[in-house]
Amino acid sequence: MELSPDETIIFYIGTFGVNATIVFTWAVMALLTVASIFVTHTLKPDVPPDRWRTTLETIVLTIQGQIDEISARPDRRLLYFAGTLFLFIVTSNLLAIVPGWRAPTGSLSTTVALAFAVLVAVPLFGIGARGLGGYLHSYMEPNIIMLPFNIIGEVSRGISLAIRLYGNVMSGAVIGAILLGVAPFFFPAVMNMLGLLTGVIQAYIFAILATVYISSATAVPEPTPDPEKELS
Amino acid sequence: MTDLAIIAAISIFTAGLTVSFGAIGPALGEGRAAAQALAAIAQQPDAAPTLSRTLFVSLAMIESTAIYCFVVAMILLFANPFWNAAIEAAAAQGL
Repeated sequence: MELSPDETIIFYIGTFGVNATIVFTWAVMALLTVASIFVTHTLKPDVPPDRWRTTLETIVLTIQGQIDEISARPDRRLLYFAGTLFLFIVTSNLLAIVPGWRAPTGSLSTTVALAFAVLVAVPLFGIGARGLGGYLHSYMEPNIIMLPFNIIGEVSRGISLAIRLYGNVMSGAVIGAILLGVAPFFFPAVMNMLGLLTGVIQAYIFAILATVYISSATAVPEPTPDPEKELS
Repeated sequence: MTDLAIIAAISIFTAGLTVSFGAIGPALGEGRAAAQALAAIAQQPDAAPTLSRTLFVSLAMIESTAIYCFVVAMILLFANPFWNAAIEAAAAQGL
């Protein structure tokens, strides 16, 4: 039983074995990039939008709307980051309907890389919005005793992001493979449909959680009202 | 029993135990979340889209605890790190 596409070597470049994760990751990236270039290469003000461009605009506007609902301070760069994460994960999960496809998100190395990107992005956005001192001070809320716990929380939510996505995608593939041996005609197809639903939801959750983490790091704390001033 | 047999027996037993206990908590939690969401939708049908979206997200987050247990069980069964070490040790002894 193969638990991840890391173990399948597709071809060799010299002595470097290119495994299935790398191949399918690049396939997803190529698909997204080529589709975007193909749709937007005729982007001019006087050309009326065709159906593909309308599709892309709908996707982007939906993501923007979801981010605006969560984040108190909508930021264009948040759309680029969380939207890219969502599109990458949802594409690689939904392409499971292609026979022979091994979702690159079913490999722990891919999901750890994505979670690491979120972990790096949170301080970057936080420092950008609140300054270095303000961001570092947020680790000492409500007092200095909570400093180690806040750091542990930061690391553990990165780990849980990675394991959640990996476990969901991998378990879908493994359960499909096991059922293929037990009840090979109809039931695995139903479980794969469930896997598609899970894949979309997990992509949504990954992007939502990244947005929540980033917007909580960029949120400027409200100044506590001074009771003496209010009285006077 | 040999070392390999002990490792295999305990791994399989623990994998079953992990999945069974790991299913209890999330099942209770998900049932409770779904029941609350249904009650809320029955009271306020207008808020159904927001409620169902939040329900899906929270269900998937609750479910991830069960998924953690499943991952541990899969590692115990199919990628057990002690298994290879025991086999190498046995090979080193010339068995």
